[in-house]
Amino acid sequence: MTIALPLISRRRLDRQRLQDAAFRGATRLFAVGVLVLLGGIVVTLAFSAAPAFERFGWGFLTSAAWNPVKDDFGALPAIYGTLVTSAIAMLIGIPVALGIAVFLTELCPPPLRRPIGTLVELLAAIPSIIYGIWGLFVLAPFLQLTVEPLLIDTFGQLPIFGPLFDGPPLGLGMLTGGIILGVMVLPFISAVARDVFLTVPPMLRESAYGVGATTSEVVNNIVLPYTRTGVIGGVMLGLGRALGETMAVTFVIGNAHHIRLSLLAPGTTISATLANEFTEALSKLYVSSLFALGFILFVITFIVLAAAKLMLLRLEQQAAK
Amino acid sequence: MRAAGLYARRRAGDHVYLALSMAATVAGLLVLFLILWTLVANGLAALSTGFFTEMTPAPGSTGGLANAIYGSVVMTVVATLVGTPVGVLTGTYLAEFGAGSRIAPVVRFVNDILLSAPSIIIGLFVYELMVVPMGNFSAWAGAAALAIIVVPVVVRTTEDMLRLVPGGLREAAIALGTPQWKVIVSVIYRAAIQGMLTGVMLAVARIAGETAPLLFTALNNQFWSANMNAPMANLPVVIFQFALSPYADWQKLAWGGALLITVTILLLNILARFLVSWSNRSP
Repeated sequence: MTIALPLISRRRLDRQRLQDAAFRGATRLFAVGVLVLLGGIVVTLAFSAAPAFERFGWGFLTSAAWNPVKDDFGALPAIYGTLVTSAIAMLIGIPVALGIAVFLTELCPPPLRRPIGTLVELLAAIPSIIYGIWGLFVLAPFLQLTVEPLLIDTFGQLPIFGPLFDGPPLGLGMLTGGIILGVMVLPFISAVARDVFLTVPPMLRESAYGVGATTSEVVNNIVLPYTRTGVIGGVMLGLGRALGETMAVTFVIGNAHHIRLSLLAPGTTISATLANEFTEALSKLYVSSLFALGFILFVITFIVLAAAKLMLLRLEQQAAK
Repeated sequence: MRAAGLYARRRAGDHVYLALSMAATVAGLLVLFLILWTLVANGLAALSTGFFTEMTPAPGSTGGLANAIYGSVVMTVVATLVGTPVGVLTGTYLAEFGAGSRIAPVVRFVNDILLSAPSIIIGLFVYELMVVPMGNFSAWAGAAALAIIVVPVVVRTTEDMLRLVPGGLREAAIALGTPQWKVIVSVIYRAAIQGMLTGVMLAVARIAGETAPLLFTALNNQFWSANMNAPMANLPVVIFQFALSPYADWQKLAWGGALLITVTILLLNILARFLVSWSNRSP
């Protein structure tokens, strides 16, 4: 009597090989699908924006017109508002976010690090619309009654800064939008900054302390230069978020298609224009112009996010060496 | 003498610096608590049984958000069911088959960009892709837009979690003669399941409050509708509409909805974090 050895038959081996190839192919198919998705977004936006670009040419980027009745559209006010609000957001967000990162890595007692870090990251979990409703009902009245009159009184008469703080305190405007965005980008920048601060070799830090440097000197002269690329990458990541943020800004920006030097004046951003007007756009050219705005926004954010990603990748490679 | 002065100055500068960094942290936490406190203070008053059982009202009459809650839940569930397998398979490719492949780094790069891309752009994309050909706004389009947002989140966490699985586990399974797909499905996935679940929870938390992509896809609906081919009410868009309205009872409902969404999302986030630290502790 012979014992049947559990030999795998040739046919079974072939079947397994086929299954392996099929599984591998399926995962690759979906991975390529992600690339197709990005390509599809670009092509769709460009295709739908084409009539507007054909009609207005490059002038679309420089025209301040926005007249649905006469079918005359220009992107400049929306681009201007997008850039100004994001700039305000960065002015507020960067120092505060770096402050948080320094606190978490240098100052915070270790048992508190995780809970405090988590709480800051929860700011990123709160949806955009909640920031919007809070900005409209809490922040805007506060700014209108206290901060903006103060800004107008102190800076309004100065020669250079004056025009930036001109006009009545409305509460709704580019300053309010920028402040909300500043809060929203905080968690993104501080999370990246904290992570890259932790990549500094302890030897470098300890050597600096060893020669008598204070904590602030260690941060400024050792940590920040060492992690510069990563910090800039984190800032760009935050900038990418701020540029495309929609709902929070839509609530507080005031939605006015004009360019005012004053930060207190209402304005609009690309995303706020889309959110407000897309479902109400009637003429073909109107819809196409909105798609053109979306296309411009996508191009800008793509460049910023790609630059951020490349910088963070470079730091990773540097750390791996 | 001079040296002592320099030392005092440096020490004072250091104290100011550290005080500022502490102030930044306090400011960040203060904003978080201010937002949560405002939500609780304004939202609790709106919560009642009618809030969960009645339809969105006309201005001036009483009602609730039942249809919007239903719509949000349905679209979130459909988007998660569609987006998760796509994300898991893509993440599997990046983690298990990506080494040496030329497209893997490109996919990883593009995925990270999609992760932070403006969600309103996704709305535009799905509008052109589904709403225009179908001829009307629909819950399917809304769910599709949300699914596109789910994918990059799940891809990212799946890849990260699969990479945490020790290589010895793979090698042991392969040495037993297990086919590779079986190694991945029954060994690697099982080892990484908690982390992958976390990714799905974070994705659900992300889309539960997304408003911008729904504006042009699912639109809104004042009435109860379970028809996926028709516009469907959903919490974020209802909050948007009601908060910007001049009617006090609509604003009150908006606050209630805002509280409901935020509590749900924060709970999901905290739960996801516990899941991760728990799975890291017990190897």
